[in-house]
Amino acid sequence: MVTSRNIIALKSILHKEIHRFMRIWVQTLVPPAITISLYFVIFGSLIGSRIGEMGGFDYMSFIVPGLIMMSVITNSYSNVASSFFSAKWQRNVEEMLVAPVPNWVIVAGYVGGGMARGILVGSIVTIVAMFFVDIQIHNIWVIIATVALTSATFALGGLINAIFAGSFDDISIIPTFILTPLTYLGGVFYSISLLPEFWQGVSQINPIVYMVNAFRYGFLGISDVSLVMSFSVLGVFIVSLYTVAMVLITKGIGLRS
Amino acid sequence: MQSALKISALEKTYKGGFQALKGIDLTVKQGDFFALLGPNGAGKSTTIGVITSLVNKTAGQVSVFGYDIDNELEAAKSYIGLVPQEFNFNQFEPLMKILINQAGYYGVERSVAVERAEKYLKQLDLWDKKDSAARMLSGGMKRRLMIARALMHEPKMLILDEPTAGVDIELRRSMWDFLRELNQQGITIILTTHYLEEAEMLCRNIAIIDSGIIVENTDMKSLLAKLDIETFVFDLKPNSKPAQLKEFCCRVIDDHTLEVDVKKSQTINQVFTQLSEQDIDVLSMRNKSNRLEELFVSLVGSGQESADSKVQE
Ligand SMILES: Nc1ncnc2c1ncn2[C@@H]1O[C@H](COP(=O)(O)OP(=O)(O)O)[C@@H](O)[C@H]1O
Ligand SMILES: [Mg+2]
Repeated sequence: MVTSRNIIALKSILHKEIHRFMRIWVQTLVPPAITISLYFVIFGSLIGSRIGEMGGFDYMSFIVPGLIMMSVITNSYSNVASSFFSAKWQRNVEEMLVAPVPNWVIVAGYVGGGMARGILVGSIVTIVAMFFVDIQIHNIWVIIATVALTSATFALGGLINAIFAGSFDDISIIPTFILTPLTYLGGVFYSISLLPEFWQGVSQINPIVYMVNAFRYGFLGISDVSLVMSFSVLGVFIVSLYTVAMVLITKGIGLRS
Repeated sequence: MQSALKISALEKTYKGGFQALKGIDLTVKQGDFFALLGPNGAGKSTTIGVITSLVNKTAGQVSVFGYDIDNELEAAKSYIGLVPQEFNFNQFEPLMKILINQAGYYGVERSVAVERAEKYLKQLDLWDKKDSAARMLSGGMKRRLMIARALMHEPKMLILDEPTAGVDIELRRSMWDFLRELNQQGITIILTTHYLEEAEMLCRNIAIIDSGIIVENTDMKSLLAKLDIETFVFDLKPNSKPAQLKEFCCRVIDDHTLEVDVKKSQTINQVFTQLSEQDIDVLSMRNKSNRLEELFVSLVGSGQESADSKVQE
């Protein structure tokens, strides 16, 4: 139920979450900007000039949307994973659990915080990219919708990870062993149409392919997959991850003894 | 009048099979100052955990101001302010932020929360720390911060889980005064403690819990009346011969120490008379102030040894 009490509670969680990553900006905002700048310099300027065109655009322009998306994915995920886990670790999650905060407000608050960080870092990376290429925009609404849905998806993923996590190691396992490989193989650096047929097929089951391509479509107007498919994948992920997160929190997994 | 808290047949078995609560019944009246007393591991925090929904119960009912925690949890929660046993705030956040956030979780507007935070930080002598990170506070200050936090939504019932553990005597007194004042304003207070003296100083009603069972639930006065045995320690001249006392339960600790249980109906004179008859000289005498232990002996009837092992102060 949306009541004024719930709205105030949601604002409090969002405020706390945003304030957290802003306070530690050296850890949260600067590193992605540096990493992505290095990608631009190395893959864009140095190597990219030798690669030539990809999908009808110069290589630098081609990878910019993918790199922005990569930073959105990593940051929205890790923001919620580390913030929620540390709230469990320090037990201040109990502040919310004893209060009349409905579970959906907790989920929405943390996911909103993760989205805020993902989108902020994505914007920083976009600004950095402007120093290297002329950013063109094909369809701003596709860009906005993709970035919002993708950051929400990975923020939910980070939340679920944190709910199960029992140690700080547990919140780095998924990013390292699943997220990073999927992202690198998700068409950030290449068009999947360049792959042998078998690997094209395999790529189709990588959800990140759909997100990166939808995002790239928003900038360049090209995509390896259909937009409808992309948004369907995002929709399915958000609904299922949200459901899982709600069930876990309602059951109190990792939260109530 | 509606009870502030009503617990019936409450059971809790933790994962792994340990049964921490074995069917507890408790009622706390509105406006009461109530003590839940028991040794470590008795199930006090588990009980508080169930009331505040941090622990899932296995069986039984709990209602807070008439709201059942199974059906109307959010309503029940809004009446409770909790001061937990362990520090559970974000160590890196400044005090002011912790308080304002907590108020927000209960739907208190920011502008109202700012005023309240100032009021409680001042009352609890934390105002000059308002912008410090919580980890910079001393133990006693952290405890007071948690009290301020629990009051931010002006709850009708305040639950404190061992609020004075690790707090020095002087601070303990000022905390007691503060709690008394809150109670006079009409806030129902429940506190857990393993110091009988603390319960005695503050509370009107008391329940005693031991190994997940309520062994006594009464008002303070009747309870203290039950405490009819007092133990005295006699320091004797070294190398005294073992004393033998008729009609008294006594223990010879060593050749110069004797412990005697004296009932209310008996007099200490009788002890002295018997000792001088046996040519045993008493150098000094003191009250062995472990009354909780005695209480357990009389309530649980479980004998000295088991009471000793349960009560760890
Ligand atoms: N999460 C838990 N899992 C298993 N056993 C627990 C857990 N929490 C408490 N216990 C056990 O339950 C009993 C009661 O604990 P607790 O309620 O904390 O006691 P108290 O607060 O009276 O000291 C103890 O024996 C304790 O070891
Ligand atoms: Mg305890």
